[in-house]
Amino acid sequence: MRPTLKMLSESLVEQIVAEGVALLRDPGVRVHNEEARRLLAEAGAEVDQARLVARIPERIVRQALETTAREFDLFDLDGRPAVHYGGDDVHFDPGSAALAILDPETNRQRVPVTADFVRLMKLVEQLPQIDAQSTSMICGDVVPEIGDLYRLYIALNYIRKPIVTGAFRTDTWWVMKEMLTTVAGGEAALAARPIAVFDVCPSPPLLWSDLTCQNLIDCARAGIPAELVSMPLAGATSPVTLAAAVVQHTAECLSGIVIGQLARPGAKIVWGGSPAAFDMREGTTPMGDVATWMIDCAYTQVGKRLGLPTHAYLGMSDAKVIDAQCGMESAGGTLLGALAGVNMISGAGMMDFESCQSLEKLVIDAEMIGMAKRLIRGIEPRDEPIALGLFQKMGHRADYLAEPHTLKWFHKELYLPSPVIDRATTDGWLRKGATTAAERAVERVRGLVASYQPRPVSPELRGELRGIATRAAKQFGMAALPPLPDFDYV
Amino acid sequence: MSTELLARITASLVDGDPDATLAGTREAIAAGLEPLAIIEGGLVPGMRIVGDKYATGEYFLPNLIVSASGMKQAMALLEPELKARRQELKSAGTVVIGTVRGDIHEIGKSLVATMLAANGFEVHDLGVDVPVEAFVSRAKEAGANLVGLSALLTTTMHGQKDVVEALAKAGLRGRVKVMVGGAPVTKKWADEIGADGWAQDAVAAVDLATRLVAQA
Repeated sequence: MRPTLKMLSESLVEQIVAEGVALLRDPGVRVHNEEARRLLAEAGAEVDQARLVARIPERIVRQALETTAREFDLFDLDGRPAVHYGGDDVHFDPGSAALAILDPETNRQRVPVTADFVRLMKLVEQLPQIDAQSTSMICGDVVPEIGDLYRLYIALNYIRKPIVTGAFRTDTWWVMKEMLTTVAGGEAALAARPIAVFDVCPSPPLLWSDLTCQNLIDCARAGIPAELVSMPLAGATSPVTLAAAVVQHTAECLSGIVIGQLARPGAKIVWGGSPAAFDMREGTTPMGDVATWMIDCAYTQVGKRLGLPTHAYLGMSDAKVIDAQCGMESAGGTLLGALAGVNMISGAGMMDFESCQSLEKLVIDAEMIGMAKRLIRGIEPRDEPIALGLFQKMGHRADYLAEPHTLKWFHKELYLPSPVIDRATTDGWLRKGATTAAERAVERVRGLVASYQPRPVSPELRGELRGIATRAAKQFGMAALPPLPDFDYV
Repeated sequence: MSTELLARITASLVDGDPDATLAGTREAIAAGLEPLAIIEGGLVPGMRIVGDKYATGEYFLPNLIVSASGMKQAMALLEPELKARRQELKSAGTVVIGTVRGDIHEIGKSLVATMLAANGFEVHDLGVDVPVEAFVSRAKEAGANLVGLSALLTTTMHGQKDVVEALAKAGLRGRVKVMVGGAPVTKKWADEIGADGWAQDAVAAVDLATRLVAQA
């Protein structure tokens, strides 16, 4: 039996969905995108063109839920299915779009540059616990206008795993799409075997900005999956009661599904989010708060009730350095998200309220992720009877360590951590340098990055990608891109 | 052909498949390979690889033990062959090993005993909760050149000191080296009680034993 976590009673789920649907009717959704308003009006929503508000009747919502994709796969760059969005499958990717990196030398944040992002890509490729890549840093050594596409450009040179990404502008989305189609071998191939999912974020409460709404429509039309990232802040941009925050999340996500399905029925859209409790002393948005985790798990349950693929930002910390708080908060969210059966859990490596990525935290988080994946595989009998024959053979002897039964099962039954986790005797620990987890993480990052082997990508393809990215850079006044480590360009 | 067969024996140990080790060894004997060649060219390299993989973190305790068991079974097949040829495998040393009085922890001690046996030592395993005198008398009888003392508790590790002293009293310390191990046991403790060595795990214990026997 797989252990699961349920946060809501069935009747409360029904009530949340009903109230979410009611919100779409009154007060309705603010839609700052002209095309979406047109689609909504054509479908029969009541659109106030002056106030930019669409009141969406339940009929349209139900229709959208009929056509939206129940499940889909993300493919790796070798064309193999790698991530299954749907059911209770659980996957992990690093948190996205960090503005800062925690520098292990100074233990302080700084602006990340190309070399940092490349190291992160190599590290994620080498971490078996992490299922997907993420464009999880914004590089400071290029013009901000290409911050989104530049990450994807770098990633496509280094990765094999599928990627969770997102656009910061409407025009750069097209550049990113061009890169993806170039790698996938055409638009039809990309739609049939998507290698990336785009995060699209409604603004709380109940607002679709022009940019994110256009990204959603463009993804739907191109057959590229979109991940809704609804983020009510309980007590600030949404009511403080957790159930009400989930109602708001439901309404925002339902409106996203409606817009996506109106753009193209059958579009792949993920029921996702990054809600948070609001810290009533500091006025911040703690990702490591238990109420944050509860909202995430509750909305996941709502999404599953509607039969949709799910996503959540979990496994992050608000700490500024790798300390006890950092480990505690990251572990809590990781475990709960796995138990809730979230299809894609984004957040590994992330700290300081989703604003700072740490490679060292990422390798520590990977151990927790490994344990969480073990947890949800549950306890199985493995044999019938479980082990009566073995017990009787052994009598009262204690040397199970020498039994073939142990050799056969220990890899499957136990999670075997990397040396980041210390399980030596005190003396052994002293002998190995008396290190903290953060110090051991520095070593592991170094080792994994050094062992990275690039995926064979033809120089022509690399050249095409560089051409696309360079054209975009020039458009925003940047004549040349920084060189990519490992690859020479003439 | 013989190279391929020896490589297969080595691989079977590395893969932890004692049945394959036995089958390979039988085949090699039937094919007329010299027992010493089978040991030196097939079995010993396999155990060395397993030990290396354990040291680098790729392998775990069950891998060590299962491979050692394959080695032991293969050696049981080869010993009559050696005898028939009036050959003798040079023993790596004779070890008396046990967990000291008052301590019933077996796992660490048995692990070291298994690894020593797999590496050519003649091992006399006295079990757990072993009285001081039993170590002394068996060391004498067996002509041991090494005694291994295990203790898992801070309350029982003093028993290691008692054995070191009893060996000295019996006049054996000149030819018998003592190595100690167990969770609370450190290099410092070994020095303090006048033991000759300490190792952090079963693989390191084999190296230590080899070194100590060379000095004995």
